[in-house]
Amino acid sequence: MPTLSISQRGALLSVLMLVVGLLFWEAAIPEQQLATEMTEYERLMGGGAPRAAIPPPSDIMAKAWEELSDPFYDAGPNDKGIGIQIGYSLYRVLSGYFLAAMVAIPLGFLIGMSPVAYKALNPYIQVLRPISPLAWMPLALFIIRDSEASAIFVIFICSIWPMLLNTAFGVAGVRQDWVNVARTHELGPFKTAFQVILPAAAPTIVTGMRISIGIAWLVIVAAEMLVGGTGIGYYVWNEWNNLDLTSVIFSILMIGIVGMMLDAAFGALQRVVAYAE
Amino acid sequence: MSKPFLSVERLTQTFPDAAGGTTTVFENASFGIERGEFVCILGHSGCGKSTIMNILAGLGSPTSGGVTMDGAEVSGPSLERGVVFQNYSLLPWLSALKNVSFGVAARHRDWSKAEVEAHSRKYLAMVGLEGDTVLRKPSQLSGGMRQRVSIARAFANQPKLLLLDEPFGALDALTRGTIQEELLKIWSQTEQTVFMITHDIDEAILLADRILLMTNGPYARVAESVQITIPRPRSRTEIVEHPNYYAIRNHLVQFLGHRSKALSGQPSGGATQSPETVVIDLTAPARTPEPETRLKAVNI
Repeated sequence: MPTLSISQRGALLSVLMLVVGLLFWEAAIPEQQLATEMTEYERLMGGGAPRAAIPPPSDIMAKAWEELSDPFYDAGPNDKGIGIQIGYSLYRVLSGYFLAAMVAIPLGFLIGMSPVAYKALNPYIQVLRPISPLAWMPLALFIIRDSEASAIFVIFICSIWPMLLNTAFGVAGVRQDWVNVARTHELGPFKTAFQVILPAAAPTIVTGMRISIGIAWLVIVAAEMLVGGTGIGYYVWNEWNNLDLTSVIFSILMIGIVGMMLDAAFGALQRVVAYAE
Repeated sequence: MSKPFLSVERLTQTFPDAAGGTTTVFENASFGIERGEFVCILGHSGCGKSTIMNILAGLGSPTSGGVTMDGAEVSGPSLERGVVFQNYSLLPWLSALKNVSFGVAARHRDWSKAEVEAHSRKYLAMVGLEGDTVLRKPSQLSGGMRQRVSIARAFANQPKLLLLDEPFGALDALTRGTIQEELLKIWSQTEQTVFMITHDIDEAILLADRILLMTNGPYARVAESVQITIPRPRSRTEIVEHPNYYAIRNHLVQFLGHRSKALSGQPSGGATQSPETVVIDLTAPARTPEPETRLKAVNI
């Protein structure tokens, strides 16, 4: 028997766990009783109607196939394709996220470069950072008076902290030798920032960005459950109200897959900016 | 007497110490370096060599005193003074070539990319780095190669003064020997003025025109300026045959072994502390009796 590499063995084991898990799940779902086998009393009590139960994986796969084969249909406010819903969520996440990056990275640079700025801003950061982003929602709705913009604001406020702190930490930790190289080459402040400090701090900054995008994707689901209308979070809640657990489980799975892809994108960016000393 | 090319005048550096007072590292230190000269400074750790280097580079400022180079006062870092740091200080996210061209582009802002690259490659080739090697990142180069890149970066900028801070301190003896000879080669082609810190007596004799000897701190000073009376071009294997080699070497060893300690801890009392010139030359005994007596005094 040929020996398999570690990654091949790992993949094989993964597939095996999936198959076994799905089989157990499938087998654990009790059969619906056929209406013809019931007594008259049972039928009168509604026993013939299908009971709401956890759907078997085969149903979910059928649902996934159905949804993914036409992800962008739009049949009214409460019936849109999964692609459209995810698109709305991504739009909100990315807008809030990039606004946060535009504030956090320059501000982090300032805090990292200037001990005075650090000491002045640190108390605010420490107080604001532990606040659950959803706690801002009522205030955001009142001030902004727009549910769409409020959701984006919530994403903004939750993704700003890891980027801000990591940028400040990365910039403050740039080796003095490299700054001296910039100084002995008479680089101006902007050239020093872009040619020396930014690349030196980039791995730390991108790590912060990766943490932020993960948090933003976690928060958007909850935020959309609150603001409603569109998005994957609203979709989950809507399908729960419809008692369509197949769709709920399918959308949970989609949330995981999109989150994984966002993380992988930033993982790739991390590899681009990484350097070995 | 006109001022030398680089003139260090009454340099004093004090630091606050733990007890609330001040520690004087060196006081009223004065010396000069002529254009095109290769000067090494020798002394024990903690005597303030690196502090002097930082002041010359413009990265630090002295408590009092000043440095003038080519008639202008040194205030802040400048492209006219290139620095090779002990730990190479290459930017690890750039290739060897980019590390050099980064400096060249900073120096010659009007050059085209092609000119910058050609100039950088020329200097990398001078230290034996050619072909695909120059496209590697510093982490993919050996310690010796990294220091070569750092030397190429400094020479490529053709500064008026080149400052080397223990450039070979982290290298093994064999690599060190090779790069020392490369440094001599590139120096003889460019006629740079070089000021170098070292701990290695043999290295200093091989490379320098003149060796400045520092006493131990506190109140360290540049006590002597020893002329290296061995003709160039020098090579590692040939200089040991020269009659002056061991005489000079013994003098340096004696200084670092005994007199650097004996002369330390003496406040200058406001006097300018200029080094005493020492010439040791056994090849011309009849020329003047003065170096002879100096040599005798030392060998007792």
